[in-house]
Amino acid sequence: MSIDKDTVKHISKLARISLDENKVESLSKDLTSIMKFIESLNKLNTDKTTPLTSIINASLKSRKDEVKDGKIRDQILKNSPEKNDEFFVVPKVIE
Amino acid sequence: MTEKKFDYFINGEKDKWEVIIGLEVHAQVLSQSKLFSSSSTKFGSEPNTQVSLVDSGFPGMLPVINQFCIEQSIKTGLGLKAKINLNSVFDRKNYFYADLPQGYQISQYKNPIVGEGEVILDMPYGTKKIGIERLHLEQDAGKSIHDMDPENSFVDLNRSGVALMEIVSKPDLRSPQEVNFYIKKLRSIMRYLGTCDGNMQEGSLRADVNVSVRTVGDKKFGTRCEIKNVNSIKFMEMAIEYEANRQIQLLESGKIIDQETRLFDTKKNSTRSMRSKEDAHDYRYFPDPDLLPLNLDKDLIDKLKKELPELPDQKKERFIKEHNLSSYEANILVSEKEISDYYEEVIKGCDKKLATNWITVELFAVLNKKNLSIKQSPISAKNLSSLIKMITSGKISGKIAKDVFEKMQSDDKDPKQIVEKEGLLQQSDPKELEKIIVAVISKNQDKVAQYKSGKEKLFGYFVGEVMKASKGKANPQLVNEILKNKLH
Amino acid sequence: MNFLSSQRLLNKMSKISELSLTKIVNGIKKKDFSSEEVTKSFIDSSKKSKKLNTYITECFDEALEISKNFDKKKDYKGLLSGVPIAVKDLFCTKNVKTTAGSKILHNFIPTYESTVTSNLWSQGAFLLGKLNCDEFAMGSSNETSFFGNVKNPYGEKLVPGGSSGGSASALAAGLTPATIGTDTGGSIRQPASFTGTVGLKPTYGRCSRWGIVAFASSLDQAGPMTNSVEDSALLLQAMSGYDSKDSTSVNKKIENYSSNLTEKIKGLKIGIPKEYRVDKMPTEIDDLWKKGIEYLKDAGAIIKNISLEHTMYALPAYYIVAPAEASSNLARYDGVKYGHRAVGKNLIEMYENTRSEGFGNEVKRRILIGTYVLSSGYYDAYYLKAQKVRQLIKNDFDKAFKDVDAILTPSTPSSAFKIGDKSDDPVSMYLNDIFTVPVNLSGLPAISVPAGYDKNNLPLGLQLIGKAFDEQTILNLSLAIEKRANFKKNYSVWWT
Ligand SMILES: [Mg+2]
Ligand SMILES: [Zn+2]
Repeated sequence: MSIDKDTVKHISKLARISLDENKVESLSKDLTSIMKFIESLNKLNTDKTTPLTSIINASLKSRKDEVKDGKIRDQILKNSPEKNDEFFVVPKVIE
Repeated sequence: MTEKKFDYFINGEKDKWEVIIGLEVHAQVLSQSKLFSSSSTKFGSEPNTQVSLVDSGFPGMLPVINQFCIEQSIKTGLGLKAKINLNSVFDRKNYFYADLPQGYQISQYKNPIVGEGEVILDMPYGTKKIGIERLHLEQDAGKSIHDMDPENSFVDLNRSGVALMEIVSKPDLRSPQEVNFYIKKLRSIMRYLGTCDGNMQEGSLRADVNVSVRTVGDKKFGTRCEIKNVNSIKFMEMAIEYEANRQIQLLESGKIIDQETRLFDTKKNSTRSMRSKEDAHDYRYFPDPDLLPLNLDKDLIDKLKKELPELPDQKKERFIKEHNLSSYEANILVSEKEISDYYEEVIKGCDKKLATNWITVELFAVLNKKNLSIKQSPISAKNLSSLIKMITSGKISGKIAKDVFEKMQSDDKDPKQIVEKEGLLQQSDPKELEKIIVAVISKNQDKVAQYKSGKEKLFGYFVGEVMKASKGKANPQLVNEILKNKLH
Repeated sequence: MNFLSSQRLLNKMSKISELSLTKIVNGIKKKDFSSEEVTKSFIDSSKKSKKLNTYITECFDEALEISKNFDKKKDYKGLLSGVPIAVKDLFCTKNVKTTAGSKILHNFIPTYESTVTSNLWSQGAFLLGKLNCDEFAMGSSNETSFFGNVKNPYGEKLVPGGSSGGSASALAAGLTPATIGTDTGGSIRQPASFTGTVGLKPTYGRCSRWGIVAFASSLDQAGPMTNSVEDSALLLQAMSGYDSKDSTSVNKKIENYSSNLTEKIKGLKIGIPKEYRVDKMPTEIDDLWKKGIEYLKDAGAIIKNISLEHTMYALPAYYIVAPAEASSNLARYDGVKYGHRAVGKNLIEMYENTRSEGFGNEVKRRILIGTYVLSSGYYDAYYLKAQKVRQLIKNDFDKAFKDVDAILTPSTPSSAFKIGDKSDDPVSMYLNDIFTVPVNLSGLPAISVPAGYDKNNLPLGLQLIGKAFDEQTILNLSLAIEKRANFKKNYSVWWT
């Protein structure tokens, strides 16, 4: 399948990556060649194969319901590009 | 009970319409810590203080699931008479939002932990079964605050990662009232189970409401709109009412309904479009590779099944059978676990019918007036029970009991002490009563003559006079007996 | 170690950096030299290595300080007592910048330490610096790093391989006594092969992923990169272990890889998969493979021809699974909590600009491929298909391991290539990992051990693939090859 420029624009929107026009062009070319490579899988019939759900043959391990974390606001906010003493700060969200 | 019929149809300009409603209820699991991290779930803490590196999506952080949350969702599933899936999978639901620090929500998509179940509603027009499609576990998001700054939004991640049970109903609901009953019933079941506190003010219970309409008799479903995140039953009812009418107007004027997500504006009492299908999210669900499939042990499910408390439906049945209550009375008493607990405490050693009356009439009137829950009742179950026992044992009359009940409301006073202190014990000594009766008869010789000449209605007058003379304390049965003797 | 040789070493301090990890650990224990002397030696060679561009962050002053304290305290209990180690910049290190080779994390300073590095430090090692790598470990040449490409000690114009290219290059050039990398599709083994070093990818679940910047969660695994098989056993033992903070960590007993290490492998059955003889593979690679077979035969192994039928589908399946997981794992880099933030009129613009500025081309390509294969309507055709292929590939290995104890293949289809040679053609770059990827898809352990040179005097590695959690066997087999190949570094130092 070829990934045309509109598709590139659509998925880059989903992935929240802005692209300028010439980038769209070159990505369309690159992604098409990658998808062509990937589509060699179509030669393989997998109708009767069950998909692998996990490489580890075990059930999910769980933890006890105990409060042992939190109260580290300074650490949580430390790396934030914009913040005040209490919150992460982001440009206004328009709904 | 009066015979009622379902009658929620909306008359449009041209047609009569039926409203189809399905609910996605988000119920917060009553747990100490979050679904995939060990930070606290406590409500109302300082912003970003209940946040771990996992909850805030730092690089290299990994989720580890909370066993208690798994068990709470299984219990809830059992309470909904639902199928528990021995194998379930956690998926990532991918979308970008400021309060979603990982850029995805861990949820369950194709393989939820709980499958199909049901909830029974006791509607005025009979019982109605609402199908449950599924229940799955997922994480809550944080909170964006938009009104603290003109240019910026603030993000608080305290709720980020809190465990939610999403309970999806089948599109079986047909009116705002059914939705009201459904939410209350669901809430009641979860509170009986202790799996969710159902506190809607604190956001522990919210719902996405799916609404569509069709003309009565039509078998096909119409296009639905989803009203996001409504957090009170009143608002749900209002939103449905508004939305159904909006859709009917559109359809009757020849327009079509866009499948879209809408928001309910509580101030304007209307819904508005949030995003339409075209720019709807493409969530790109896939199994979370940081987690393994959840394989449940059948023994665990059996154990939880054994530990299950009596739920409202079973309790109601038992009350009707064992206590001879009407379905109506039983419904009221089992509607909340605390009410049924109160009731069962009151009836220890006393008359059940009388107890039911005192609770549902006298006590509820007080609670309603003072806007209190049964837990905050000014009169303890124990004291109400001894008040009722004093009535049935003849120590006080029903009339006196009402006065005592009034007095009990301040400081949950012991009725025995009130009766004793105020000398309200019922006068049941025949000799004492005879004295009073003789005095009343001698004072009313004219009326005695009339009575004896056939005016039997006057009997009530004599009883009244005796009661008056005894300050209401005379045992009415004894008074009746003695009076009858004396007047013959 | 005898007294004379260590005396000589003391006199030639700068040469400490040419010793193996094991010799350094033992030398410190025996007080042939101090931790400070060791540290100084590696700092010295590191400082002269700017042209290799291996370091993103140097922690030389701190390392020297710790080494001095170590020498005062004299606590030799740990497996790595007193040893400075530089690590791939994908491991989060407390209070030390961690970039994952990306602009989007160029200023990120974690407040926490990854489990694997913690394990090293609790065995007495300490951090020397953070090593360059492909951006978010996406690459096979270290050319995708925001911090510039790394050069191979074997030639100024050569790539070191990737994504753990900085680690491999630093190790080969004697800038660190050992290092750790991560391997999602070959990112430890391929650069090891390109630089003449030993690289081991442990069984998935053997080492904790907690605190490692994630690329593709179901494939990522940290592992040792060393100058010898003996060192690899030691480092693996130090870094692995069950971690309750990682749900995919497996609670299995850690063997004493070092003391169990033996070249006595007589009677072990070694599978030679015919599907690894690919088109256009240089004859030198084939010759090396044959040599490897001879070495193992010589050591008493029994060679068996096997088939891993679905090998050719591994790489395309990998290029669905890895980008899909990556597209989701990298969603958290949005400019809100840490790292680079671009300006934007509103939240969405801020996201889009941040991610556009913050990610390089290869990362963007993979995020977009991953987004595409998961998007509505394509999931079954791609992601589900890939999971099925993954099952088939795993079945191939399961079947093979009924008959053999390990599998021998070349590590890479070529030796190190020139910088810029493949950077314009993503698919030809991807083909580098054709022999390493099936192992990641199956979760198995595999090691690349240097076994010879090609006609241009560039190192070539052989890969041994083991049964799940049987790292010991492939270590032992590697030791047998190592002894027989008698591989010696033969680059001339051009970067000082
Ligand atoms: Mg929903
Ligand atoms: Zn939900």
